[in-house]
Amino acid sequence: MDFLRPASWEEALAAKAEHPTAVPIAGGTDVMVEINFDHRRPDALLDLNRIGELREWEVGEETVRLGACVPYTRIIESLRAELPGLALAAHTVGSPQIRNRGSVGGNLGAASPAGDSHPALLAAGAEVEAVSVRGTRMIPVEEFYTGVKRNCLEPDELIRAVHIKKADGPQQFSKVGTRNAMVIAVCAFGIALHPGTRTVRTGIGSAAPTPIRATAAEEFLNSALAEAGLWDSGQIIPPAVARQFAELVSGAANPIDDVRGSAAYRRHALGVMARRTLGWAWEEYRGNERSARCA
Amino acid sequence: MGATRTPSNITQGSKAKGGIGESTLRPDGTLKVTGEFAYSSDMWHEDMLWGFTLRSPHAHAEIKSIDTSQALAQAGVYAVLTYDDLPTEVKNYGLEIQDTPVLAHGRVRHHGEPVALVAADHPETARRAAAKIKVEYVPLPVVHDEATAIAEDAPLLHPGRTDHHAGHVPHPNIVHRQPIHRGDVAAARARADVIVSGEYEVGMQDQAFLGPESGLAVPGEDGGVDLYIATQWLHSDLRQIAPVLGLPPEKVRMTLSGVGGAFGGREDLSMQIHACLLALRTGKPVKIVYNRFESFFGHVHRHPAKLWYEHGATRDGKLTHMKCRIVLDGGAYASASPAVVGNASSLSVGPYVVDNVEIEAIALYTNNPPCGAMRGFGAVQACFAYEAQMDKLAAGLGMDPVEFRQLNAMSQGTVMPTGQVVDSPAPVAELLRRVKAMPLPPQKQWETAGQSADVRALPGGLSNTTHGEGVVRGVGYAVGIKNVGFSEGFDDYSTARVRLEVVGGEPVAVVHTAMAEVGQGGVTVHAQIARTELGVTQVTIHPADTQVGSAGSTSASRQTYVTGGAVKHTCEAVREKVLELGRARFGSYHPAWATAELLLEGGKVVTDGGEVLADLADVLEGEAIDLELEWRHRPTEPFDLRTGQGNGHVQYSFAAHRAVVEVDTELGLVKVVELACAQDVGKALNPLSVVGQIQGGTTQGLGLAVMEEIVVSPEGKVRNPSFTDYLIPTILDTPTIPVDVLELADEHAPYGLRGIGEAPTLSSTPAVVAAIRAATGLALNRVPVRPEHLTGQQYSGG
Repeated sequence: MDFLRPASWEEALAAKAEHPTAVPIAGGTDVMVEINFDHRRPDALLDLNRIGELREWEVGEETVRLGACVPYTRIIESLRAELPGLALAAHTVGSPQIRNRGSVGGNLGAASPAGDSHPALLAAGAEVEAVSVRGTRMIPVEEFYTGVKRNCLEPDELIRAVHIKKADGPQQFSKVGTRNAMVIAVCAFGIALHPGTRTVRTGIGSAAPTPIRATAAEEFLNSALAEAGLWDSGQIIPPAVARQFAELVSGAANPIDDVRGSAAYRRHALGVMARRTLGWAWEEYRGNERSARCA
Repeated sequence: MGATRTPSNITQGSKAKGGIGESTLRPDGTLKVTGEFAYSSDMWHEDMLWGFTLRSPHAHAEIKSIDTSQALAQAGVYAVLTYDDLPTEVKNYGLEIQDTPVLAHGRVRHHGEPVALVAADHPETARRAAAKIKVEYVPLPVVHDEATAIAEDAPLLHPGRTDHHAGHVPHPNIVHRQPIHRGDVAAARARADVIVSGEYEVGMQDQAFLGPESGLAVPGEDGGVDLYIATQWLHSDLRQIAPVLGLPPEKVRMTLSGVGGAFGGREDLSMQIHACLLALRTGKPVKIVYNRFESFFGHVHRHPAKLWYEHGATRDGKLTHMKCRIVLDGGAYASASPAVVGNASSLSVGPYVVDNVEIEAIALYTNNPPCGAMRGFGAVQACFAYEAQMDKLAAGLGMDPVEFRQLNAMSQGTVMPTGQVVDSPAPVAELLRRVKAMPLPPQKQWETAGQSADVRALPGGLSNTTHGEGVVRGVGYAVGIKNVGFSEGFDDYSTARVRLEVVGGEPVAVVHTAMAEVGQGGVTVHAQIARTELGVTQVTIHPADTQVGSAGSTSASRQTYVTGGAVKHTCEAVREKVLELGRARFGSYHPAWATAELLLEGGKVVTDGGEVLADLADVLEGEAIDLELEWRHRPTEPFDLRTGQGNGHVQYSFAAHRAVVEVDTELGLVKVVELACAQDVGKALNPLSVVGQIQGGTTQGLGLAVMEEIVVSPEGKVRNPSFTDYLIPTILDTPTIPVDVLELADEHAPYGLRGIGEAPTLSSTPAVVAAIRAATGLALNRVPVRPEHLTGQQYSGG
């Protein structure tokens, strides 16, 4: 197995163009497990650790440009205000050691439906900055995932950064595992309120071949909130609306029975998480509105 | 020999610094927590080769052919071995029944069974070469439960059995059967006012030790082999290894290397014979290290079990009778199954007085992974079932579950279903009283001064699944009984060699045993015993090897009792030699040499009144006293094969738990808030280690209650051989574990001590499940409890 160690981003792109089957490795929290379990034996590894810019982030007007190798620990410590949903998701990743090494770029590269950051990215709204020697393209995250552990990157492309919409409202993330820490998701759910556009976005993890948005649930909730004037009134969401939203989230999933959980349980748990996280996010929105009015 | 101190006055406390009763620190503790301790997988030898094992992908198949030519042709490969390369007529091994092939011969009986071995100059080369071995399999029908094992057309796992259980089992796919009958169940049943019954199931738990199977075999110039190995019992390994290699036992020299946990999973052989075969074939040192995936196939697991129970009680809460049937899945090979059957049957009634019983326990041969020893050993499965029954009975009678248990609790003098009289303290009611009396943890510990909840105190933890919604607290109790030491007439001795000499003016004791230190703290305790008995400060623990006699297994909660007993016994003999020397040399100078009871303390010979008679250095005069002696506990008897009667056990050990859980009833997630434990330890030789053992056992029991299970498909395939999907408790899953240690001396045991390692593993599981039942009102007849069991969404398959 070749071990390629480019010193710069340009060298990395050249190496990837020359060795399209090379597997990029940063923290190694996913790739090394695959190798240790003999699930894959790539011809070459492309080590991105010498490229410092990949561990940097910029907070812009509307988005955070998050370098592909920024470890989860940095997100938890430094980006909680801008990316609250992703910070909550980052908290649930593995152990402290894994959070020190693992990154959103790695989660996207692996494209496992169980990756913890996907529901938060889907809910917040994000674009993947995919780069090759041929140029740069921005891929909306919902179009990025193409199948179980597959994404739409071309063989010569590398993920340089993820551009994530800064939170303009409350965000929540919730994940079910069969242990209280260091666990792979049985299923996960992310929700983001966008008061600016008066929309709600969602993300479902580990309950379909790819991470997905619950678009029917989003559309239902958007109209229900608009019709009742709840964005303005800041009143509580009627329980029937929350229930319907939860059912539509459940219905959006396409889960399977596996050793981690049954398909029926995943649907059920997604509904419970959808109802609860909507409640928490909406309560926070109402609180913000009230304090804004008082100010 | 002139015993100078009795257990009763020893337990008053010893004067020796660092002696028994003190919490001296482990010599290996700092090294282990700083990552510097050398485990068996860390060993290295110049010119060594790496061994790799090719394993069966099938649970049951005929092997038509094996072609190793391509593997042998690969550069860097030194040897490829199959069954045909075994050097002698001894081709099987086994703890009790020699039914396990060193390498498969014509047939594989479980997923992961070793088929061929490769030695190469690099582990990756060995792995690739193994992938080039062509094995032609023809899959056979799979035996996976009792029905398929005893079906009319069931394939026989071991046709033509000649083992000592073959004659009395009802079917050749049953390894062993042990019935126990006592009293008159029919008459007692007629007296019962309340009768409850239940069917219970225990999943396949794994020991999940952190240090994978590993070792290094170095060929010797004399044609023998030196094996450095992580194991639980060097001499048991030796007995099984040497005949396969065709070597006399003295030519297989074994040394214990760093053991990263065991819990029963290293009682059977794994790579021992394989590494020796490759080393002897290639003439080079061979190291084998399993990775985590392979480790799940490299050792036996806890027997999964199905248990049927019926109990009756009178209106005033007295148990009338108990009937039970326990079916243990032993998997493809016998391993420790017969002894597990003995435990499950003889301890099936629990720590209760029940005069009328009908008990049957069997272990099956199936094509599932082999099961054998694991902490709790047959008693864990029974405890889950009988404790569920106790709660059902209490509910049926409208009684408090603790009071109901106390009303029926056994005590010293109780007669077991086997007819054995419990002849040392059995404070079952008192242990229950103690856990119940502990203050309960505060309600709603997740509530903070601010608005947000502290999710770490809630089910789901940082996964942020609830801020209190759907959360219900439950409290549950359980108590259990475990035997200590090897039972049923086994000659369960230990050997200790103790050398006392003066080095640089200071007396030094060397303690040499073959005891496997697997984390239990025996090396700490042996030094404490030597200090107490010999009155020295400096004690060296010699590395464990086969140059000294057997110390028996580090299992069955027995090492402090038996090998500790052997160290004590040998120290006493050494002391008697010292006093003989002293009497010869100085006896004429002081009458106390002849008349007083003499002790060794602070490097001196003193009278029991404290008068110093001589320095050890002067008594020894440069001589060393060096003795190697065996020591045995009281003998036991086999259980009668028809009635189950017999004084089968050495000692009993008891622990009680109270579990407090928070259950998210909507999501089916559980947070165990507290697991309080009370245990009688007889005498705490090292109180800190005692509490550590109790907390560890409690946590392992929690794991079985809510997460730990090897999932095996109906085709016999292991579906979760990794720590990604075989979950063990993290520190966030581990609750506060307040421990109340009771010390009621057992007059039959050294220092009055009681083996402690396993009892807390028993009652922890049913206490947690009882608490979940209390929170949810669900029946929960199976462990581990999964979220689906609490919310009702089953697998589509059923």
